[in-house]
Amino acid sequence: MARKISPAKTAFWTVIGWAAGFVVFFPILWMFLTGFKTELEAYSTPPKFLFFEWTTENYQTILHQRDYLHYALNSVIIAGGSTLLALIIAVPSAWGMAFSPTRRTKDLLMWMLSTKMMPAVGVLVPMYLIFIWLHLLDTHIGIIVLLCLANLPIVIWMLFTYFKEIPKDILEAARMDGATTWKEIVFVLTPMAIPGIASTVLLNVILAWNEAFWTLNVTTIDSAPLTQFIASFSAPQGNFWAKLSAASTLAIAPIVILGWFGQKQLVRGLTFGAVK
Amino acid sequence: MGKIELKGVEKTFGNVHVIQGVDLVVEDGSFVVFVGPSGCGKSTLLRLIAGLEDATGGHIMIDGVDVIDQPPAKRGLSMVFQSYALYPHMTVRNNIGFGLRMAGVDKAERDRKVDEAAALLNLTPYLERRPGALSGGQRQRVAIGRAIVRQPKAFLFDEPLSNLDAALRVNMRLEIARLQKSLATTAIYVTHDQVEAMTMADKIVVLSAGKVEQVGSPLELYEHPDNLFVAGFIGSPKMNFATGDIAKKLGGVTIGIRPEHLDLSRERGAWEGIVEVAEHLGSDTFLYITVEGIGRVTARATGEFALKVGDRVWLTPKPEHIHRFDAEGRAI
Amino acid sequence: MATKRSQSIGRIAVAPSVVLLFVWMIVPLALTLYFSTQRYNLLYPERSGFIGFTNYTYFVTNPAFATAIVNTLVLVGSVLVITVLLGTLLALLLDQPIFGQGIVRLMVIAPFFIMPTVSALVWKNLLMNPVSGFFAWIAKSFGFAPIDWFAQAPMLSVILIVAWEWTPFATLIIFTALQSLDLEQKEAAEMDGAGAFSFFSWIVLPHLARPITVVIMIETIFLLSVFAEIRVTTDGGPGQATTNLAYLVFQQAILNSNVGAASAGGIVAVILANIVAFFLVRVVGKNLDA
Repeated sequence: MARKISPAKTAFWTVIGWAAGFVVFFPILWMFLTGFKTELEAYSTPPKFLFFEWTTENYQTILHQRDYLHYALNSVIIAGGSTLLALIIAVPSAWGMAFSPTRRTKDLLMWMLSTKMMPAVGVLVPMYLIFIWLHLLDTHIGIIVLLCLANLPIVIWMLFTYFKEIPKDILEAARMDGATTWKEIVFVLTPMAIPGIASTVLLNVILAWNEAFWTLNVTTIDSAPLTQFIASFSAPQGNFWAKLSAASTLAIAPIVILGWFGQKQLVRGLTFGAVK
Repeated sequence: MGKIELKGVEKTFGNVHVIQGVDLVVEDGSFVVFVGPSGCGKSTLLRLIAGLEDATGGHIMIDGVDVIDQPPAKRGLSMVFQSYALYPHMTVRNNIGFGLRMAGVDKAERDRKVDEAAALLNLTPYLERRPGALSGGQRQRVAIGRAIVRQPKAFLFDEPLSNLDAALRVNMRLEIARLQKSLATTAIYVTHDQVEAMTMADKIVVLSAGKVEQVGSPLELYEHPDNLFVAGFIGSPKMNFATGDIAKKLGGVTIGIRPEHLDLSRERGAWEGIVEVAEHLGSDTFLYITVEGIGRVTARATGEFALKVGDRVWLTPKPEHIHRFDAEGRAI
Repeated sequence: MATKRSQSIGRIAVAPSVVLLFVWMIVPLALTLYFSTQRYNLLYPERSGFIGFTNYTYFVTNPAFATAIVNTLVLVGSVLVITVLLGTLLALLLDQPIFGQGIVRLMVIAPFFIMPTVSALVWKNLLMNPVSGFFAWIAKSFGFAPIDWFAQAPMLSVILIVAWEWTPFATLIIFTALQSLDLEQKEAAEMDGAGAFSFFSWIVLPHLARPITVVIMIETIFLLSVFAEIRVTTDGGPGQATTNLAYLVFQQAILNSNVGAASAGGIVAVILANIVAFFLVRVVGKNLDA
């Protein structure tokens, strides 16, 4: 805008904007603060905002007695593993569809996306049984493969859109320069696709970390990630709000931070490109 | 050596015959320009020669060897793309040297050749920059550098000047022509701009709807167009055409006369008309005149010819420059 | 590019994902179909055999089923309405000159990145607890009796939680689209004498039709399968008050070990999803014909 906006207008909207943001963000803020209270203070009325006895005892309990790190590690393994597996399958697929499209390519892509739209309960029974028969319940490999398949359509879709944005003639120039298909992928395509691949990884890690259907149903202890750990607070013993808050803060922190950086990727990935 | 021959080359996309049976000989060291309106297939033909598209039929011979089944990497040609197609993540040096790297040339030799090419194109101060930090003209030269450094059998240019502004385009035209002559490498150049074609080519191939209309030197096409299409395409402003009785009187079904071959007079002449638009360029004056029985006629006068809109003027076509065409549009 | 060589490499490259997704799609779904026609309960594995549509009748005539369908539609519908309305308002707000706009945006977007189990438990306990929760304190401060959310209005409680989780998504999508509204269009409208309200009604709102459509379609797909929030707060209760179709199937499968009935339920869920998708594409998807 080349014209000045009146300071009064800015002040007005600033107040309203911050108020709205604060209201939406409040539960998170409240949770963050509660994590530093003693259990007694957490339950006190009227609730204390800032002037209470700040303590890290909840964090210590969570980390040492409740074995938070075990669950956190599982979250990392599951999110990372399923993303890696998805990439290995998706990169060649997206490459094939973006650079050697056939008349069927668009239909194929739509079909893949439609598999994501199937409700998970539709296959809960057979997947659960298959997991029992193959001894995959509560294993890492089981849930990793499951989440990989569940998110594969989105990963392929996102990579496809990023690959499509690479100008075709740069790849042709590489071919004229004597590059074989393999060298073309290694020296030209991949370096140019790295930002797109990074964005896709970001989005998939977020989706896998927060996944709360399969992780709640096919993991119990050994491979249980943070979603399960937090879920265990639904059947608590004694006062637990402060501990829940501390655990939750730790559980969500990495993803909220990643999410802040990944807003654009989110829009592209979850709207299947319909909104730019 | 870089002699290229096309024999019966065809290309169909689905049901559309994009290229229909093209026969052509490009002599080693010559500068051949493919020219024609949008959609005539000139870029497609170039890409068939390059190997970026599969031909549906015919043979493409490079130095006597049929390369129709070979991928681009094996044909020994290089291409300058309309968008330059530089590798954005590589420096200018690596861009130019990429082809040599693919061919397995060692670093020292690569650097030497890249330095040579860069010097030729005044790119030496930019060797360590990325394409994003270069101007359009500089990027163009990097694209050319990438093409020449491999010493290919022929250069292929796909409308390389279209993305440059007018002044730069004139400069680059001269540079490319000069470069090609000094390197003595065969060049095939695609453009829709017939001024580029006329000024740069040894031989022009005029294409329309996938067929070759005429092949010849610029002057041949200008003075002896084979058909209506070529007559109307070559020459700027366009040749004037007349049909009906006027044409019959002068000996053809259609006759054509170029704007620069019309004599103008305020008193008398063969055709009478009213000036619609007058363009005064200083060096020339272009008059757009409505003549009864013909329609809009363009005439050129050298220097300043003081006529205003609405003035009456007489035109006389110079008899030795009248082109005559039969009912099928062929030159008589 | 269109050379034969590159096309065949392309096909080979795509093959693994196609095969995998096909297997992932077809095999489990086929198994579900198979089991839905079987009498099979994990607790009584000796009682087995083909029983045709009995499982379906059992599942569908169960009074819980009708409730679950209603709950599902109420949940999805309410969350859609709330998120689209709030999302649009917030997006418009974010488009205004705000000092520190980036931070406000982060605050508004953050809830979407919280895992559902955290959102649900934080809301249920820290905010909605009728004794020590934050809402209870606010009610008491104004002289009202605090609401026992999950006892008096369990469905509403779940709706609120899910709406809080998804409003950022709607906001982000609509805001992104808002930003793409050409500056020149705004200036042209000004030259044409359009006031703020006309500009909004005639230019902004139609422009937003498309992202709102996208939001509705995407959210519907995910909202039909809300699970975790119900699992950790109400277990579908009190009674069946917060049981949606997904939860009902889960109950049959995991809690009752009734493979047959759960499979039938799963197929019903798939059919419902397809019906909803069909209508969505028909009614709402017209906006997307670009």
